[in-house]
Amino acid sequence: MRTRQLAFTVAHRLAILAYIVFALFPLFWLLKVSVTPNDLLYSEGVRMWPSRATLEHYTFVIAHSAFPTFFKNSLIVAGSTAVTVTILASLAGYALSRFRFRAKYWIVALMLITQMFPLVMLVAPIFKMLSPLGLTNSLTGLVIVYTAFNVPFATFLMQSFFDGIPKDLEEAAMIDGATQFIAFRQIILPLTLPGIAATLGFVFTAAWSELLFALMLISGNDAATFPVGLLTFVSKFSVDFGQMMAAGILALIPACLFFLLIQRYLVQGLTAGAVKG
Amino acid sequence: MASIDIEGIRKSFGAFPVLHGVDLAIRDGEFVVLVGPSGCGKSTLLRMIAGLEEVTAGDIRIDGKRVNDLAPKDRDIAMVFQSYALYPHMSVADNMSYSLRLRRSTKEKIASAVSGAAAKLGLDPLLERRPRALSGGQRQRVAMGRAIVRQPKAFLFDEPLSNLDARLREQMRAEIKKLHGDLRATSIYVTHDQIEAMTLADRIVAMHGGVVQQVGTPLDLYDRPANLFVAGFIGSPGMNFFEGRYLVSGDHADLKLENDVTLPARRVGGIESGEPATLGIRPEHVVITEGGALEGRVDLIEPTGFGIIMHVTVHDVPLKVFTLNRAMLNPGATVRLDLPRDKLHLFDGEGRRLG
Repeated sequence: MRTRQLAFTVAHRLAILAYIVFALFPLFWLLKVSVTPNDLLYSEGVRMWPSRATLEHYTFVIAHSAFPTFFKNSLIVAGSTAVTVTILASLAGYALSRFRFRAKYWIVALMLITQMFPLVMLVAPIFKMLSPLGLTNSLTGLVIVYTAFNVPFATFLMQSFFDGIPKDLEEAAMIDGATQFIAFRQIILPLTLPGIAATLGFVFTAAWSELLFALMLISGNDAATFPVGLLTFVSKFSVDFGQMMAAGILALIPACLFFLLIQRYLVQGLTAGAVKG
Repeated sequence: MASIDIEGIRKSFGAFPVLHGVDLAIRDGEFVVLVGPSGCGKSTLLRMIAGLEEVTAGDIRIDGKRVNDLAPKDRDIAMVFQSYALYPHMSVADNMSYSLRLRRSTKEKIASAVSGAAAKLGLDPLLERRPRALSGGQRQRVAMGRAIVRQPKAFLFDEPLSNLDARLREQMRAEIKKLHGDLRATSIYVTHDQIEAMTLADRIVAMHGGVVQQVGTPLDLYDRPANLFVAGFIGSPGMNFFEGRYLVSGDHADLKLENDVTLPARRVGGIESGEPATLGIRPEHVVITEGGALEGRVDLIEPTGFGIIMHVTVHDVPLKVFTLNRAMLNPGATVRLDLPRDKLHLFDGEGRRLG
């Protein structure tokens, strides 16, 4: 029995290890190519690490390309989208979780339907709508589009977090003298921090890496976000892989920082002890 | 402190009615217990008084003022929830002072109110803890503390002891009673536990199917239950019932069971000879005696330590007997029983009390 258990544990760990290697290998390759000097990229064959590593791609990307602008644009777009969506989704999710109102069923159905279309279908109509408003080629336009696409899913996400918080808590607050909004702000929101962090993270990464609409709505480097900017490393006759990969690595940093920041809330089970459990 | 008047209260959830017109006048300082089985509407009634459910029809007055359309926060009541509903991200002290902080009381007033309540409930060493670091009994105490820090017009309790184990429940029950003795605050207490109702209440309101069955002191309900529901619900083990026809012969009256056996009954008004009736007797009132008129077959013996619950069959009707006589632990196959006439309860065909 002991040996069987041991074998099972080992197999279990090995399976997890295999999965991690599989999932992280592309990231490793990204890093490897980003530090490979151009002259060694094609001459060394397939190696796990170049015989000579260099940071020249990084310095070039930071100092001589438009990458800092892309980076700044992406940060603005993803940040604004994440914050706007989370605020809207918190309010909408709370309403769906707590209130009974007419047409609730239809609103939910409508929100689901918006998630069913392939986005490509919507590029032309959205362009047509945004262009007379002067919102093409602008970061604001991107924020609006991303917000519109992310609110439904984020709302359902937030709703499930609100559903997990006992209704007794806000009723107790209301009897203690709070209005429903104060109860929401002072009692329910602090308990939903893990959910808010998850929603922020989800929307931020979605907006950070979005390519299709950024590509279609933005022309020119001034308002380009980083996924669009990555394409500038592809020229007609060659692809500058080293610089592209270096830019990619740099683009990972804010996303990683962001999750580092919110992971405290992601793992915290704040509701423990609220009610009999 | 205040009186609470409930007039013609109805409640429906959609087309489904749960309360069919409840009238109740609760006096200032009174401890009223709403008791009944699950789904009888007692919690709904309490939540309507608190302002957590809308009133379909009728009026609720607190201290003479109609509160139907007032938000919970404007009714000046406190409530203890079954789940305690403590704010998990706040310390015990913050939980207790939340209502005072919402009312922008002064720091000194908050501090003295919290320390006063904490002292009353023995919460002093726990004030800085979070709810998750407390045991069930301590959480219950904090929930009580949160209710008593401000002096509300009334206390509402929604099955506050249901989540505690039996020993703790007994202890908190006594504490609630003591607290009410100190504060003399108007209290409405919802429970499905008839022992809690009996021990705590100044008056009990027995409810069933959204209708008030009887309002009275605990002993009223025990001694003179108004109908079959109350008779069966109050008391443990529950009352024994025999169904049959009421037969009058001269000064005497009997109950004739379906199998033609007759049991002694009392002569009462409001019923004609030959009409269907139900005879009730509490297990503790059945007398086991050598010369008893009835013979019972012993089916089961349940010793409780304090006494013995015997399950016997009398003329094919199951009957429970409660006795303190330890000899009954080994009673033999049959026992002889008497049903004393002065302890009998009679109910008519509709289940209403007679006499």
